[in-house]
Amino acid sequence: MNISEKFFLFAAAFSAFCTLFVFVFMVWLALPVFRGGLFFQILTRPWLPDQGVYGIYPMIVGTGAISLASVVFAFPLSLGCAAFISGLAPERIGAYLRKTVRFMTGIPTVIYGFVGVFLLVPVVREWFDGGSGLCILSASILLAILISPTMILFFTDSFDRVPRSYLAAVDALGGSKVQKMLYVVLPYARQGVLTGTVLSLGRAVGDTLISLMIAGNAVAVPGSILDSARTLTAHIALVIAADFDSIEFRTIFACGIVLYGFTTLIVLLVQALGSWSRKPMRKHHDIR
Amino acid sequence: MKKIISRMGLNMYSGVMIIAMIFISGMISGAMATGLEDFAGEKGTIRISGGTAHIPVLKEVARRIMTNNSNIQISIAGGGSGVGIIQVGEGLVDIGNTGRKPTDEEVEKYALKMFKWAIDGVGVVVNPKNNVQSMTKVQLGDIFSGKISNWKALGGQDKSINVYTRDRASGTRDVFWKKALNKAEITPGANIVVSNGAMKTAVSNDPYGIGYVSVGYIDSSVSPVSLDGVVPTLQTVREGTYTVSRGLYSNTKGVPTGLIEKFIDYLFSADGQKIVSDKGFVPVK
Repeated sequence: MNISEKFFLFAAAFSAFCTLFVFVFMVWLALPVFRGGLFFQILTRPWLPDQGVYGIYPMIVGTGAISLASVVFAFPLSLGCAAFISGLAPERIGAYLRKTVRFMTGIPTVIYGFVGVFLLVPVVREWFDGGSGLCILSASILLAILISPTMILFFTDSFDRVPRSYLAAVDALGGSKVQKMLYVVLPYARQGVLTGTVLSLGRAVGDTLISLMIAGNAVAVPGSILDSARTLTAHIALVIAADFDSIEFRTIFACGIVLYGFTTLIVLLVQALGSWSRKPMRKHHDIR
Repeated sequence: MKKIISRMGLNMYSGVMIIAMIFISGMISGAMATGLEDFAGEKGTIRISGGTAHIPVLKEVARRIMTNNSNIQISIAGGGSGVGIIQVGEGLVDIGNTGRKPTDEEVEKYALKMFKWAIDGVGVVVNPKNNVQSMTKVQLGDIFSGKISNWKALGGQDKSINVYTRDRASGTRDVFWKKALNKAEITPGANIVVSNGAMKTAVSNDPYGIGYVSVGYIDSSVSPVSLDGVVPTLQTVREGTYTVSRGLYSNTKGVPTGLIEKFIDYLFSADGQKIVSDKGFVPVK
Protein backbone atom coordinates (compact mmCIF):
# COMPACT_ATOMS: atom_id res chain seq x y z
CA MET A 1 0.00 0.00 0.00
CA ASN A 2 1.61 3.28 -0.98
CA ILE A 3 1.37 6.64 0.73
CA SER A 4 -1.61 7.94 -1.17
CA GLU A 5 -3.58 4.75 -0.60
CA LYS A 6 -2.81 4.98 3.10
CA PHE A 7 -3.96 8.57 3.12
CA PHE A 8 -7.25 7.72 1.49
CA LEU A 9 -7.75 4.78 3.83
CA PHE A 10 -7.11 7.05 6.77
CA ALA A 11 -9.59 9.62 5.47
CA ALA A 12 -12.26 6.98 5.01
CA ALA A 13 -11.63 5.42 8.40
CA PHE A 14 -11.65 8.81 10.05
CA SER A 15 -15.00 9.88 8.65
CA ALA A 16 -16.52 6.50 9.46
CA PHE A 17 -15.20 6.87 12.97
CA CYS A 18 -16.69 10.36 13.31
CA THR A 19 -20.12 9.09 12.37
CA LEU A 20 -19.84 6.27 14.85
CA PHE A 21 -18.49 8.58 17.52
CA VAL A 22 -21.46 10.91 17.22
CA PHE A 23 -23.78 7.99 17.79
CA VAL A 24 -21.82 6.69 20.78
CA PHE A 25 -21.69 10.20 22.21
CA MET A 26 -25.45 10.57 22.03
CA VAL A 27 -26.14 7.16 23.50
CA TRP A 28 -23.68 7.81 26.28
CA LEU A 29 -25.25 11.14 27.21
CA ALA A 30 -28.72 9.66 26.96
CA LEU A 31 -27.82 6.75 29.24
CA PRO A 32 -29.67 8.07 32.29
CA VAL A 33 -32.74 8.19 30.09
CA PHE A 34 -32.25 4.65 28.81
CA ARG A 35 -32.10 3.18 32.28
CA GLY A 36 -35.29 1.71 33.58
CA GLY A 37 -36.86 1.33 30.16
CA LEU A 38 -37.61 5.02 30.06
CA PHE A 39 -36.41 5.35 26.49
CA PHE A 40 -39.47 3.86 24.83
CA GLN A 41 -41.76 5.83 27.07
CA ILE A 42 -40.00 8.95 25.90
CA LEU A 43 -40.79 8.05 22.32
CA THR A 44 -44.50 7.66 22.97
CA ARG A 45 -45.41 10.27 25.58
CA PRO A 46 -46.28 13.96 25.46
CA TRP A 47 -43.92 16.75 26.51
CA LEU A 48 -45.08 18.11 29.86
CA PRO A 49 -41.94 19.21 31.70
CA ASP A 50 -43.96 20.78 34.52
CA GLN A 51 -45.33 17.35 35.35
CA GLY A 52 -42.04 15.57 34.88
CA VAL A 53 -43.09 13.94 31.61
CA TYR A 54 -40.52 14.40 28.87
CA GLY A 55 -41.92 12.52 25.90
CA ILE A 56 -40.86 13.49 22.41
CA TYR A 57 -43.78 11.90 20.60
CA PRO A 58 -45.25 15.27 19.47
CA MET A 59 -41.88 16.19 17.96
CA ILE A 60 -41.60 12.89 16.11
CA VAL A 61 -45.06 13.41 14.63
CA GLY A 62 -44.20 17.03 13.81
CA THR A 63 -40.97 16.06 12.06
CA GLY A 64 -42.70 13.32 10.07
CA ALA A 65 -45.62 15.51 9.02
CA ILE A 66 -43.53 18.51 8.02
CA SER A 67 -40.87 16.62 6.10
CA LEU A 68 -43.27 14.32 4.28
CA ALA A 69 -45.56 17.19 3.32
CA SER A 70 -42.60 19.16 2.03
CA VAL A 71 -41.56 16.29 -0.23
CA VAL A 72 -45.14 15.98 -1.47
CA PHE A 73 -45.07 19.67 -2.41
CA ALA A 74 -41.55 19.64 -3.80
CA PHE A 75 -41.74 16.49 -5.90
CA PRO A 76 -44.13 17.54 -8.69
CA LEU A 77 -42.60 21.01 -8.75
CA SER A 78 -39.08 19.62 -9.10
CA LEU A 79 -39.99 16.95 -11.59
CA GLY A 80 -41.70 19.49 -13.83
CA CYS A 81 -38.89 21.96 -13.48
CA ALA A 82 -36.22 19.35 -14.20
CA ALA A 83 -38.10 18.03 -17.23
CA PHE A 84 -38.43 21.56 -18.55
CA ILE A 85 -34.77 22.39 -17.99
CA SER A 86 -33.27 19.27 -19.48
CA GLY A 87 -35.60 18.54 -22.34
CA LEU A 88 -38.54 20.74 -23.08
CA ALA A 89 -37.09 24.23 -22.81
CA PRO A 90 -35.09 25.89 -25.57
CA GLU A 91 -31.42 25.38 -24.80
CA ARG A 92 -30.62 28.92 -23.74
CA ILE A 93 -33.57 29.20 -21.36
CA GLY A 94 -32.77 25.78 -19.96
CA ALA A 95 -29.18 26.75 -19.27
CA TYR A 96 -30.29 29.98 -17.64
CA LEU A 97 -32.81 28.20 -15.42
CA ARG A 98 -30.20 25.66 -14.41
CA LYS A 99 -27.90 28.44 -13.27
CA THR A 100 -30.74 29.98 -11.28
CA VAL A 101 -31.47 26.69 -9.56
CA ARG A 102 -27.79 26.25 -8.72
CA PHE A 103 -27.81 29.70 -7.22
CA MET A 104 -30.86 28.84 -5.15
CA THR A 105 -29.07 25.96 -3.45
CA GLY A 106 -26.73 28.51 -1.93
CA ILE A 107 -29.36 30.72 -0.29
CA PRO A 108 -29.15 30.32 3.49
CA THR A 109 -32.16 28.76 5.20
CA VAL A 110 -32.65 31.71 7.49
CA ILE A 111 -33.50 33.90 4.50
CA TYR A 112 -36.30 31.57 3.43
CA GLY A 113 -37.51 31.56 7.02
CA PHE A 114 -37.41 35.31 7.28
CA VAL A 115 -39.25 35.88 4.02
CA GLY A 116 -41.76 33.22 5.04
CA VAL A 117 -42.61 34.94 8.31
CA PHE A 118 -43.59 38.13 6.52
CA LEU A 119 -44.99 36.89 3.21
CA LEU A 120 -46.26 33.33 3.55
CA VAL A 121 -47.52 33.15 7.13
CA PRO A 122 -50.06 36.00 6.86
CA VAL A 123 -51.41 34.55 3.62
CA VAL A 124 -51.86 31.09 5.14
CA ARG A 125 -53.53 32.64 8.18
CA GLU A 126 -56.05 34.56 6.11
CA TRP A 127 -56.80 31.88 3.51
CA PHE A 128 -57.33 29.04 5.93
CA ASP A 129 -59.40 30.14 8.86
CA GLY A 130 -58.17 28.91 12.18
CA GLY A 131 -54.65 29.04 13.45
CA SER A 132 -51.91 31.61 13.40
CA GLY A 133 -50.39 30.68 10.06
CA LEU A 134 -47.39 29.32 11.92
CA CYS A 135 -48.18 25.74 11.05
CA ILE A 136 -47.19 22.55 9.29
CA LEU A 137 -48.52 23.84 5.97
CA SER A 138 -46.43 27.03 5.99
CA ALA A 139 -43.31 25.24 7.18
CA SER A 140 -43.60 22.48 4.61
CA ILE A 141 -44.21 24.91 1.74
CA LEU A 142 -41.03 26.74 2.67
CA LEU A 143 -39.12 23.52 3.18
CA ALA A 144 -40.35 22.43 -0.26
CA ILE A 145 -38.84 25.59 -1.72
CA LEU A 146 -35.66 24.86 0.20
CA ILE A 147 -35.26 21.27 -0.98
CA SER A 148 -36.48 21.78 -4.55
CA PRO A 149 -33.18 23.03 -5.98
CA THR A 150 -31.38 19.93 -4.73
CA MET A 151 -34.12 17.75 -6.12
CA ILE A 152 -34.14 19.57 -9.46
CA LEU A 153 -30.38 19.30 -9.88
CA PHE A 154 -30.49 15.62 -9.00
CA PHE A 155 -33.30 15.02 -11.50
CA THR A 156 -31.70 16.98 -14.33
CA ASP A 157 -28.41 15.15 -13.81
CA SER A 158 -30.09 11.80 -14.14
CA PHE A 159 -32.12 13.00 -17.14
CA ASP A 160 -28.89 14.11 -18.79
CA ARG A 161 -27.39 10.65 -18.35
CA VAL A 162 -29.93 9.08 -20.69
CA PRO A 163 -27.87 7.75 -23.65
CA ARG A 164 -28.00 9.97 -26.72
CA SER A 165 -28.80 6.99 -28.93
CA TYR A 166 -32.13 6.51 -27.13
CA LEU A 167 -33.04 10.12 -27.71
CA ALA A 168 -31.94 9.93 -31.32
CA ALA A 169 -34.17 6.91 -31.75
CA VAL A 170 -37.19 8.85 -30.56
CA ASP A 171 -36.32 11.67 -32.94
CA ALA A 172 -36.00 9.18 -35.77
CA LEU A 173 -39.45 7.86 -34.99
CA GLY A 174 -40.82 11.37 -35.13
CA GLY A 175 -41.61 11.57 -31.42
CA SER A 176 -42.19 14.95 -29.81
CA LYS A 177 -40.16 16.38 -26.97
CA VAL A 178 -42.90 15.57 -24.50
CA GLN A 179 -43.14 11.99 -25.70
CA LYS A 180 -39.39 11.69 -25.41
CA MET A 181 -39.57 12.92 -21.82
CA LEU A 182 -42.50 10.75 -20.80
CA TYR A 183 -41.63 7.46 -22.47
CA VAL A 184 -37.84 7.41 -22.57
CA VAL A 185 -36.16 9.85 -20.22
CA LEU A 186 -38.41 9.43 -17.17
CA PRO A 187 -38.42 5.61 -17.13
CA TYR A 188 -34.68 5.51 -17.75
CA ALA A 189 -33.93 8.02 -14.99
CA ARG A 190 -36.26 6.62 -12.39
CA GLN A 191 -33.40 5.63 -10.10
CA GLY A 192 -32.07 9.16 -10.00
CA VAL A 193 -35.55 10.49 -9.41
CA LEU A 194 -36.12 8.15 -6.49
CA THR A 195 -32.71 8.73 -4.96
CA GLY A 196 -33.07 12.48 -5.28
CA THR A 197 -36.45 12.37 -3.62
CA VAL A 198 -35.28 10.25 -0.71
CA LEU A 199 -32.20 12.40 -0.17
CA SER A 200 -34.36 15.54 -0.17
CA LEU A 201 -36.54 13.90 2.45
CA GLY A 202 -33.40 13.53 4.52
CA ARG A 203 -32.62 17.18 4.09
CA ALA A 204 -36.16 18.15 5.10
CA VAL A 205 -35.93 16.01 8.23
CA GLY A 206 -32.68 17.63 9.23
CA ASP A 207 -33.55 21.26 8.70
CA THR A 208 -33.81 23.31 11.87
CA LEU A 209 -34.29 26.96 11.15
CA ILE A 210 -37.37 26.89 8.96
CA SER A 211 -39.32 24.77 11.38
CA LEU A 212 -38.08 26.84 14.30
CA MET A 213 -39.19 30.08 12.64
CA ILE A 214 -42.31 29.00 10.78
CA ALA A 215 -43.87 25.91 12.32
CA GLY A 216 -44.84 27.58 15.60
CA ASN A 217 -43.04 25.17 17.96
CA ALA A 218 -46.13 24.18 19.92
CA VAL A 219 -45.60 21.03 21.96
CA ALA A 220 -49.05 19.56 21.33
CA VAL A 221 -49.41 16.65 18.92
CA PRO A 222 -50.57 18.29 15.69
CA GLY A 223 -54.02 17.22 14.57
CA SER A 224 -54.19 18.97 11.22
CA ILE A 225 -51.91 20.52 8.65
CA LEU A 226 -52.94 23.94 9.98
CA ASP A 227 -51.76 23.16 13.50
CA SER A 228 -48.60 24.52 14.97
CA ALA A 229 -45.96 21.83 15.44
CA ARG A 230 -42.44 21.34 16.67
CA THR A 231 -39.79 19.25 14.94
CA LEU A 232 -37.07 17.25 16.65
CA THR A 233 -34.39 19.64 15.45
CA ALA A 234 -36.27 22.73 16.62
CA HIS A 235 -36.89 21.00 19.93
CA ILE A 236 -33.20 20.39 20.42
CA ALA A 237 -32.46 24.02 19.64
CA LEU A 238 -35.11 25.24 22.09
CA VAL A 239 -34.21 22.94 24.98
CA ILE A 240 -30.47 23.35 24.70
CA ALA A 241 -31.00 27.00 25.51
CA ALA A 242 -32.84 26.29 28.71
CA ASP A 243 -30.92 23.65 30.48
CA PHE A 244 -27.68 21.75 30.80
CA ASP A 245 -28.08 19.41 33.68
CA SER A 246 -31.43 17.67 33.93
CA ILE A 247 -33.60 14.91 32.56
CA GLU A 248 -35.11 17.50 30.24
CA PHE A 249 -31.69 18.09 28.78
CA ARG A 250 -30.90 14.38 28.56
CA THR A 251 -33.99 13.72 26.51
CA ILE A 252 -32.73 15.84 23.65
CA PHE A 253 -30.15 13.13 23.09
CA ALA A 254 -33.05 10.78 22.61
CA CYS A 255 -34.19 13.23 19.91
CA GLY A 256 -30.71 13.01 18.46
CA ILE A 257 -30.86 9.23 18.40
CA VAL A 258 -34.25 9.28 16.69
CA LEU A 259 -32.96 11.73 14.08
CA TYR A 260 -29.91 9.54 13.60
CA GLY A 261 -32.25 6.59 13.10
CA PHE A 262 -34.26 8.51 10.49
CA THR A 263 -31.12 9.42 8.59
CA THR A 264 -29.77 5.88 8.68
CA LEU A 265 -33.09 4.61 7.40
CA ILE A 266 -32.98 7.10 4.55
CA VAL A 267 -29.42 6.15 3.59
CA LEU A 268 -30.35 2.47 3.63
CA LEU A 269 -33.37 3.24 1.49
CA VAL A 270 -31.21 5.05 -1.04
CA GLN A 271 -28.86 2.09 -1.20
CA ALA A 272 -31.71 -0.35 -1.59
CA LEU A 273 -33.14 1.74 -4.41
CA GLY A 274 -29.71 1.86 -6.00
CA SER A 275 -29.26 -1.89 -6.10
CA TRP A 276 -32.85 -2.40 -7.21
CA SER A 277 -32.54 -0.16 -10.22
CA ARG A 278 -29.15 -1.50 -11.24
CA LYS A 279 -31.03 -4.53 -12.48
CA PRO A 280 -31.43 -4.36 -16.24
CA MET A 281 -34.27 -2.14 -17.40
CA ARG A 282 -37.42 -3.91 -18.24
CA LYS A 283 -38.30 -4.31 -21.87
CA HIS A 284 -38.29 -0.96 -23.57
CA HIS A 285 -40.64 -1.96 -26.29
CA ASP A 286 -43.37 -2.46 -23.72
CA ILE A 287 -43.38 1.23 -23.10
CA ARG A 288 -45.66 2.08 -25.98
CA MET B 1 -17.62 18.22 28.21
CA LYS B 2 -19.94 20.86 29.59
CA LYS B 3 -17.85 23.49 27.91
CA ILE B 4 -18.25 21.81 24.55
CA ILE B 5 -21.98 21.63 25.00
CA SER B 6 -22.23 25.22 26.06
CA ARG B 7 -20.29 26.21 23.02
CA MET B 8 -22.70 24.31 20.86
CA GLY B 9 -25.46 26.25 22.49
CA LEU B 10 -23.70 29.49 21.85
CA ASN B 11 -23.09 28.75 18.20
CA MET B 12 -26.58 27.54 17.60
CA TYR B 13 -27.94 30.60 19.22
CA SER B 14 -25.78 32.98 17.31
CA GLY B 15 -27.72 31.68 14.33
CA VAL B 16 -31.12 31.41 15.91
CA MET B 17 -31.41 34.44 18.11
CA ILE B 18 -31.85 37.98 17.15
CA ILE B 19 -28.37 39.13 17.86
CA ALA B 20 -27.47 42.66 18.49
CA MET B 21 -23.85 42.76 17.53
CA ILE B 22 -22.31 46.12 17.86
CA PHE B 23 -19.08 47.07 16.22
CA ILE B 24 -16.63 49.75 16.94
CA SER B 25 -17.95 52.99 15.72
CA GLY B 26 -15.42 55.28 14.17
CA MET B 27 -17.21 58.42 15.24
CA ILE B 28 -15.63 60.48 17.93
CA SER B 29 -17.93 62.56 20.03
CA GLY B 30 -16.70 63.94 23.29
CA ALA B 31 -19.78 66.02 23.91
CA MET B 32 -21.74 63.40 25.83
CA ALA B 33 -18.81 62.15 27.83
CA THR B 34 -20.45 62.42 31.22
CA GLY B 35 -19.84 59.34 33.31
CA LEU B 36 -17.77 57.95 30.47
CA GLU B 37 -14.43 59.39 31.67
CA ASP B 38 -13.84 56.18 33.61
CA PHE B 39 -13.39 54.35 30.35
CA ALA B 40 -10.57 56.61 29.17
CA GLY B 41 -7.42 54.63 28.44
CA GLU B 42 -9.24 51.29 28.79
CA LYS B 43 -9.25 48.71 26.08
CA GLY B 44 -10.62 45.25 25.64
CA THR B 45 -13.84 43.40 24.96
CA ILE B 46 -17.01 42.76 26.91
CA ARG B 47 -19.23 39.86 25.92
CA ILE B 48 -22.83 39.90 27.07
CA SER B 49 -25.66 37.43 26.53
CA GLY B 50 -28.93 36.25 28.03
CA GLY B 51 -32.22 38.03 28.72
CA THR B 52 -33.59 39.84 25.70
CA ALA B 53 -35.46 42.50 27.69
CA HIS B 54 -32.12 44.09 28.57
CA ILE B 55 -30.95 44.53 25.02
CA PRO B 56 -32.36 48.01 24.22
CA VAL B 57 -30.66 49.57 27.25
CA LEU B 58 -27.40 47.68 26.91
CA LYS B 59 -27.21 48.49 23.21
CA GLU B 60 -27.41 52.20 23.95
CA VAL B 61 -24.89 51.93 26.78
CA ALA B 62 -22.54 49.98 24.53
CA ARG B 63 -22.95 52.48 21.72
CA ARG B 64 -22.00 55.37 23.99
CA ILE B 65 -18.99 53.61 25.47
CA MET B 66 -17.69 52.49 22.11
CA THR B 67 -18.26 55.87 20.53
CA ASN B 68 -16.29 57.43 23.32
CA ASN B 69 -13.49 54.86 23.27
CA SER B 70 -12.86 52.95 20.11
CA ASN B 71 -10.53 50.49 21.90
CA ILE B 72 -13.46 48.88 23.64
CA GLN B 73 -15.58 46.31 21.86
CA ILE B 74 -18.89 45.15 23.28
CA SER B 75 -21.01 42.33 21.88
CA ILE B 76 -24.56 41.72 23.03
CA ALA B 77 -26.47 38.53 22.28
CA GLY B 78 -29.87 37.24 23.36
CA GLY B 79 -30.84 33.71 24.25
CA GLY B 80 -33.02 34.18 27.31
CA SER B 81 -32.27 34.23 31.02
CA GLY B 82 -31.37 30.54 31.16
CA VAL B 83 -28.71 31.05 28.51
CA GLY B 84 -27.40 34.10 30.36
CA ILE B 85 -26.87 32.11 33.55
CA ILE B 86 -25.25 29.15 31.84
CA GLN B 87 -22.97 31.18 29.62
CA VAL B 88 -21.71 33.49 32.33
CA GLY B 89 -21.37 30.53 34.69
CA GLU B 90 -19.34 28.55 32.20
CA GLY B 91 -17.18 31.56 31.43
CA LEU B 92 -18.36 31.97 27.84
CA VAL B 93 -19.44 35.57 28.39
CA ASP B 94 -18.49 38.26 30.87
CA ILE B 95 -22.01 39.34 31.76
CA GLY B 96 -25.10 37.12 31.74
CA ASN B 97 -28.44 38.91 31.84
CA THR B 98 -31.52 37.57 33.52
CA GLY B 99 -35.05 38.92 33.57
CA ARG B 100 -35.59 37.17 36.89
CA LYS B 101 -33.62 36.88 40.08
CA PRO B 102 -31.14 34.00 39.73
CA THR B 103 -32.09 31.16 42.07
CA ASP B 104 -30.01 30.48 45.20
CA GLU B 105 -28.92 27.27 43.55
CA GLU B 106 -27.61 29.10 40.48
CA VAL B 107 -25.89 31.76 42.58
CA GLU B 108 -24.12 29.13 44.63
CA LYS B 109 -23.21 26.89 41.71
CA TYR B 110 -21.56 29.62 39.67
CA ALA B 111 -20.61 32.13 42.41
CA LEU B 112 -22.74 34.75 40.69
CA LYS B 113 -22.80 38.40 41.61
CA MET B 114 -26.16 39.97 40.79
CA PHE B 115 -26.71 43.55 39.75
CA LYS B 116 -30.31 44.70 39.50
CA TRP B 117 -30.28 47.90 37.53
CA ALA B 118 -33.90 48.30 36.45
CA ILE B 119 -37.43 47.22 37.15
CA ASP B 120 -39.50 46.06 34.24
CA GLY B 121 -43.11 45.12 33.75
CA VAL B 122 -44.27 42.24 31.62
CA GLY B 123 -47.29 43.38 29.65
CA VAL B 124 -49.87 41.47 27.67
CA VAL B 125 -49.96 42.66 24.07
CA VAL B 126 -52.31 42.18 21.14
CA ASN B 127 -52.33 43.41 17.57
CA PRO B 128 -53.30 47.10 17.27
CA LYS B 129 -56.19 46.05 14.99
CA ASN B 130 -57.70 44.03 17.82
CA ASN B 131 -60.51 45.85 19.63
CA VAL B 132 -60.11 43.72 22.76
CA GLN B 133 -57.66 45.77 24.78
CA SER B 134 -58.70 45.07 28.34
CA MET B 135 -59.43 41.92 30.28
CA THR B 136 -59.34 40.46 33.74
CA LYS B 137 -56.60 38.21 35.06
CA VAL B 138 -59.11 35.38 35.12
CA GLN B 139 -59.88 35.87 31.42
CA LEU B 140 -56.16 36.07 30.68
CA GLY B 141 -55.61 32.79 32.50
CA ASP B 142 -58.43 31.19 30.52
CA ILE B 143 -56.93 32.40 27.25
CA PHE B 144 -53.46 31.08 28.01
CA SER B 145 -54.77 27.76 29.30
CA GLY B 146 -56.89 27.38 26.17
CA LYS B 147 -60.30 27.59 27.88
CA ILE B 148 -61.20 30.70 25.92
CA SER B 149 -60.21 30.15 22.32
CA ASN B 150 -62.24 32.71 20.39
CA TRP B 151 -62.03 36.50 20.49
CA LYS B 152 -65.84 36.61 20.40
CA ALA B 153 -65.95 35.53 24.04
CA LEU B 154 -64.22 38.80 24.92
CA GLY B 155 -66.33 40.97 22.64
CA GLY B 156 -63.98 40.78 19.71
CA GLN B 157 -64.25 39.30 16.23
CA ASP B 158 -65.35 35.75 15.64
CA LYS B 159 -61.78 34.54 15.16
CA SER B 160 -59.76 31.96 17.02
CA ILE B 161 -57.16 33.26 19.44
CA ASN B 162 -53.53 32.55 18.58
CA VAL B 163 -51.54 32.30 21.79
CA TYR B 164 -47.83 33.11 21.72
CA THR B 165 -45.51 32.25 24.55
CA ARG B 166 -41.79 32.02 25.24
CA ASP B 167 -39.63 28.97 25.76
CA ARG B 168 -38.76 27.81 29.24
CA ALA B 169 -35.39 29.57 29.24
CA SER B 170 -37.18 32.91 29.35
CA GLY B 171 -37.24 35.06 32.47
CA THR B 172 -40.10 37.03 30.93
CA ARG B 173 -42.13 33.82 30.76
CA ASP B 174 -41.18 32.98 34.32
CA VAL B 175 -42.48 36.29 35.68
CA PHE B 176 -45.56 36.31 33.50
CA TRP B 177 -46.41 32.75 34.48
CA LYS B 178 -46.00 33.42 38.19
CA LYS B 179 -47.54 36.86 38.49
CA ALA B 180 -50.08 37.14 35.69
CA LEU B 181 -51.19 33.53 35.30
CA ASN B 182 -50.71 32.50 38.95
CA LYS B 183 -48.76 29.48 37.69
CA ALA B 184 -51.67 28.20 35.64
CA GLU B 185 -50.77 25.87 32.82
CA ILE B 186 -50.07 27.33 29.40
CA THR B 187 -51.78 25.41 26.60
CA PRO B 188 -49.43 23.09 24.72
CA GLY B 189 -50.97 24.40 21.51
CA ALA B 190 -49.36 27.81 22.04
CA ASN B 191 -46.83 29.00 19.50
CA ILE B 192 -43.39 29.43 21.01
CA VAL B 193 -41.13 32.33 20.07
CA VAL B 194 -37.56 32.84 21.16
CA SER B 195 -37.14 36.46 22.26
CA ASN B 196 -38.96 39.63 23.26
CA GLY B 197 -38.24 41.00 19.81
CA ALA B 198 -39.62 37.89 18.12
CA MET B 199 -42.72 38.11 20.31
CA LYS B 200 -43.34 41.69 19.24
CA THR B 201 -42.88 40.73 15.59
CA ALA B 202 -45.23 37.78 15.93
CA VAL B 203 -48.03 39.74 17.58
CA SER B 204 -47.64 42.78 15.35
CA ASN B 205 -48.01 40.47 12.32
CA ASP B 206 -50.93 38.47 13.66
CA PRO B 207 -54.27 40.31 14.00
CA TYR B 208 -55.62 37.51 16.19
CA GLY B 209 -52.54 36.91 18.29
CA ILE B 210 -51.91 37.51 21.97
CA GLY B 211 -48.56 37.42 23.75
CA TYR B 212 -46.53 39.14 26.42
CA VAL B 213 -43.40 41.28 26.28
CA SER B 214 -41.21 43.39 28.48
CA VAL B 215 -42.87 46.82 28.88
CA GLY B 216 -39.72 48.39 27.45
CA TYR B 217 -40.50 46.68 24.15
CA ILE B 218 -44.06 47.97 23.83
CA ASP B 219 -44.37 50.50 21.01
CA SER B 220 -46.96 51.42 18.40
CA SER B 221 -46.61 48.08 16.57
CA VAL B 222 -48.44 46.29 19.38
CA SER B 223 -51.20 47.33 21.78
CA PRO B 224 -50.84 46.84 25.53
CA VAL B 225 -53.79 45.14 27.21
CA SER B 226 -55.01 46.44 30.54
CA LEU B 227 -55.24 43.75 33.23
CA ASP B 228 -57.99 44.30 35.78
CA GLY B 229 -58.11 47.91 34.61
CA VAL B 230 -54.38 48.65 34.84
CA VAL B 231 -52.46 49.37 31.63
CA PRO B 232 -48.86 48.18 31.64
CA THR B 233 -46.75 51.31 31.28
CA LEU B 234 -43.58 52.74 32.75
CA GLN B 235 -45.80 54.84 35.04
CA THR B 236 -47.94 52.03 36.46
CA VAL B 237 -44.93 49.76 36.93
CA ARG B 238 -43.13 52.52 38.83
CA GLU B 239 -46.16 53.21 41.03
CA GLY B 240 -46.50 49.53 41.69
CA THR B 241 -50.12 49.41 40.53
CA TYR B 242 -49.15 47.11 37.68
CA THR B 243 -47.98 44.05 39.53
CA VAL B 244 -46.57 41.82 36.82
CA SER B 245 -43.04 43.14 37.21
CA ARG B 246 -39.54 41.96 37.87
CA GLY B 247 -35.99 43.18 38.22
CA LEU B 248 -33.60 43.23 35.30
CA TYR B 249 -30.34 41.69 36.43
CA SER B 250 -26.86 41.59 35.00
CA ASN B 251 -24.80 38.84 36.55
CA THR B 252 -21.09 38.23 36.67
CA LYS B 253 -19.12 35.21 37.81
CA GLY B 254 -17.44 36.44 40.96
CA VAL B 255 -16.84 40.10 41.76
CA PRO B 256 -16.38 42.04 38.52
CA THR B 257 -13.10 43.82 37.96
CA GLY B 258 -11.59 46.24 35.48
CA LEU B 259 -13.59 46.98 32.40
CA ILE B 260 -16.53 44.81 33.46
CA GLU B 261 -16.77 46.62 36.79
CA LYS B 262 -16.75 49.98 35.01
CA PHE B 263 -19.46 48.81 32.64
CA ILE B 264 -21.69 47.80 35.54
CA ASP B 265 -20.93 51.02 37.40
CA TYR B 266 -21.98 52.95 34.33
CA LEU B 267 -25.37 51.19 34.36
CA PHE B 268 -25.92 52.61 37.84
CA SER B 269 -24.60 56.09 37.02
CA ALA B 270 -26.97 58.99 36.45
CA ASP B 271 -26.46 58.60 32.71
CA GLY B 272 -27.02 54.87 32.75
CA GLN B 273 -30.19 55.19 34.77
CA LYS B 274 -31.41 57.92 32.39
CA ILE B 275 -31.01 55.47 29.50
CA VAL B 276 -32.97 52.93 31.56
CA SER B 277 -35.95 55.25 31.86
CA ASP B 278 -35.62 56.49 28.25
CA LYS B 279 -35.98 52.90 27.06
CA GLY B 280 -39.17 52.36 29.03
CA PHE B 281 -37.96 50.76 32.24
CA VAL B 282 -38.04 51.92 35.87
CA PRO B 283 -34.61 53.00 37.15
CA VAL B 284 -33.50 51.63 40.51
CA LYS B 285 -31.88 54.87 41.66
